[in-house]
Amino acid sequence: MKFIPNSAIKNEMLKEIGLNNINDLFSDIPKNLKFKDLDLPNGLSQQDTEQKLRQIASKNKSYHQILSFVGGGIKPHYIPSAVKSIISRSEFYTSYTPYQSEASQGFLQAMFEYQSMIAEITGMDISNASLYDGVTALGEAALMCARINKKKYFIIPSNISWEKKSVLKNYTKGAGIEIKEISYDAKTGKIDIEDLIKSINENTSGVYIENPNYFGVFEDEIDKICKIIKDAGSIFVAGVDPISLGVIKSPDEYGADIVIGEGRALGINIDFGGISLGIFACKKEYLRNMPGRVIGLTKDLDGKRAFCMTLQTREQHIRRARATSNICTNEGLCSLAASVYLSWLGSNGLKDIAKINLEKGQKLAKKISNVKGLKLKFNSLHFNEIVIECSKDPKTINKKLLSKNIQGGLALEDNYPDLKNCVLFGITEIYTDSDIDKLVTALKEVA
Amino acid sequence: MYKSAVYDEPLLNELVSAKKEIKSISDILPSSLQRKKKINIPNLDETQIIRHFHRLSQMNYGIDSGFYPLGSCTMKYNPKICEEIASWDNFANTHPYMDPSLVQGNLEIMFELERMLCEITGMDFFSLQPAAGAQGEFLGMLLTRAYHNSRNDNNRNEVIIPDTSHGTNPASAAMAGFKLTEIPSTKDGTVDLDILQKTISEKTASFMLTNPNTLGIFESEIIDIQKIVHDAGALLYYDGANMNANLGEARPGDMGFDIVHLNLHKTFATPHGGGGPGSGPVGVKTKLEKFLPVPRIGKNKDGTYILDYDAPESIGKIKGFYGNFSVLLKSYIYIIIMGKNGLKETSEIAVLNSNYMKEKIIKSGKYELPYKNLRKHEFVLSCDKLKKEKDIRAMDVAKRLLDHGLHPPTIYFPLIVKEALMIEPTESESKKDLDKYIDVLIKIADEDPNIVKNAPTNTPVKRIDEVNATKNPILNWKMI
Repeated sequence: MKFIPNSAIKNEMLKEIGLNNINDLFSDIPKNLKFKDLDLPNGLSQQDTEQKLRQIASKNKSYHQILSFVGGGIKPHYIPSAVKSIISRSEFYTSYTPYQSEASQGFLQAMFEYQSMIAEITGMDISNASLYDGVTALGEAALMCARINKKKYFIIPSNISWEKKSVLKNYTKGAGIEIKEISYDAKTGKIDIEDLIKSINENTSGVYIENPNYFGVFEDEIDKICKIIKDAGSIFVAGVDPISLGVIKSPDEYGADIVIGEGRALGINIDFGGISLGIFACKKEYLRNMPGRVIGLTKDLDGKRAFCMTLQTREQHIRRARATSNICTNEGLCSLAASVYLSWLGSNGLKDIAKINLEKGQKLAKKISNVKGLKLKFNSLHFNEIVIECSKDPKTINKKLLSKNIQGGLALEDNYPDLKNCVLFGITEIYTDSDIDKLVTALKEVA
Repeated sequence: MYKSAVYDEPLLNELVSAKKEIKSISDILPSSLQRKKKINIPNLDETQIIRHFHRLSQMNYGIDSGFYPLGSCTMKYNPKICEEIASWDNFANTHPYMDPSLVQGNLEIMFELERMLCEITGMDFFSLQPAAGAQGEFLGMLLTRAYHNSRNDNNRNEVIIPDTSHGTNPASAAMAGFKLTEIPSTKDGTVDLDILQKTISEKTASFMLTNPNTLGIFESEIIDIQKIVHDAGALLYYDGANMNANLGEARPGDMGFDIVHLNLHKTFATPHGGGGPGSGPVGVKTKLEKFLPVPRIGKNKDGTYILDYDAPESIGKIKGFYGNFSVLLKSYIYIIIMGKNGLKETSEIAVLNSNYMKEKIIKSGKYELPYKNLRKHEFVLSCDKLKKEKDIRAMDVAKRLLDHGLHPPTIYFPLIVKEALMIEPTESESKKDLDKYIDVLIKIADEDPNIVKNAPTNTPVKRIDEVNATKNPILNWKMI
């Protein structure tokens, strides 16, 4: 076996420590628990493995092989080769959580830079080093609000993704937090501010508002929303698309206290919805209530600048049952990717890419809504996702699009009964005008 | 000998850029939505960025740099073929909301991986959704609650853990709303059955256990333990962080565990990525299947695979989408390369390497081994004698190892061992590398205590003032 150097000399090693048989090492396992033989195939050579995997991979289509405009908070963005090159350096990707700071200065500095750039784009005072994804980040944020103000009532808009609602429920149930949903305006797709006013009270620990929201729509009355939240003495948790922050008002400009978001757009593969990056930033006064790892800058014995994991007394390996979160392994390599990506863009590149996404979003909306049988569901300004109402069942439309090698939008009706025949389309900088034309031409034929 | 590069590498915002920040206003946006705040991220050239991160990588120790025996972390070699295949366009660039007909390959891998993990652990069903081991534990606790509630057994609010347990165990159980009771181990370092029997009650929801435990000792009385737990109506939870000792040798499912999590980034050879992404699949016995998260991966009669959301009693979701796919894929590849014999040999040699190191180090008389002698894939030494005789602590030994170009073991864990060094060599290391590590550990014990206590000096920075980092937190460049 290629990965087990001592397999050829095991008898020699056994003898050196006074044993005869490898089974002597397992003599503490009761006889009736000794396992005979795994019902798995024999190992394959690496060459055969590659061949087998090629055959399995051929049953997939990537978004390069099929034109896909599916929205829902996860869309392909361009990933610079510089990002791939750096995260492929095995000094980085084969390292563990940096418990031994002196041997991990490289990763620690890159994480410090990640925290710095997240603080820059969100405008928050501090950021942690990552959570699993934007979805679990909401769960952690709700728990943090309750830790801070000991209130047990958390408000979310009804038009966030159903997955977020489900995860939030699971994250907050144990802490006895009650989740209250507020409705959205059927015309604008924005939250119903009157319903927020009605629902919020002195027992509300926090309120979660997305901008842009799951329907792609901007909450342009965000300042007003913030005032309502603050007047009630609650914590304002903002959900953001980090790409949008190049041009869209940063959360601190409208008064958010905690900012969360899905960071996959920052140089991370789509990965079938797998590896991701939970962005988590907040105001300085909440520092000791924050979940997750945090990297700090300090000095070594000689007074030289050095980095280490810090504020670990909040964490599970020290605080155990009283930790601010159970998180241990987080998404280190993904935050490294985000660090390289954001520095590759620079502030100018981030503004450009935000603008391109915004403009492409408008273009896509205009072109699709000109197709007969399709119209914009909401009359609000949106970012790079849009809800389109079809005159037919969108699942049938999507099937027909598929035969033209196009993946259509995400049908919303199953999870949002109010949105009959509605689909969510998404677009990013990687789509050209001719891609949009291809979609529109196909939609004219099938919609 | 490994020697880190040493750079005084500036922070990104200290690198000199010739470009100024542009103003960028989109006329589509009303002023109420426009960003006015500056973004202090420099506008560098790619050359500068690559050199910056390249230099940082040269000040970072990975398993490819050398031996990395962190106890309970299973720092084994990460096969390159897994990395390469996971980066293929047809895997890396597939979208979770694409029509299932376009991602049959992904679904096949997930379906097959679930079945392989069932066979390896002796469990009946698996969910691949959890993003890491701790999230697997959290899911396990949610399933535990759902199970008891479904039986109208609603007063089980307590979880018992041994004093050797990983910190994530109590943290995960507490996050799920359970009260924790910690029970002391016997003088052998194993579960004390009498105390467990006295502690467990009709309020106990679960007993969480690692086997072999964090001392590296196999809980030989596991059958009696499971009987006590089940007789009390509680469930038995298996923390799979130490599964690398058991492959093809003993299965948690056969030991009576009801819920199991695995750490694919430990036992199944995927890289740790400097702290993730990991993957913490959860396996259950049939009685718990209906509570598993959605979607489940299903297979139709015609051989096609589906994402199945039809599970009315499911707890719902604990993370976006379906699990850390590329990590799952890498483990799938690892398992098919190793095959049944390779997996068994993995555990055999992991346990052999561990006992080989333990015997040789103990023979030197420089370190002590509290508790039972026979260990599995890891063992825990105590530096208490060194501390008493020479004022050398576990922390000092760890830092001095860095000077010798070696990564230290886990230190100060488990908490019941004074001045603990927790060593897990894994099957990946050669005898020569084991011998070298043993020699260095023994040598350090005889070195001038002043040198050891001032270590490291052979690293990019000397010993770091972590107390100052906590007292005066500087967490990004705007706080400097």
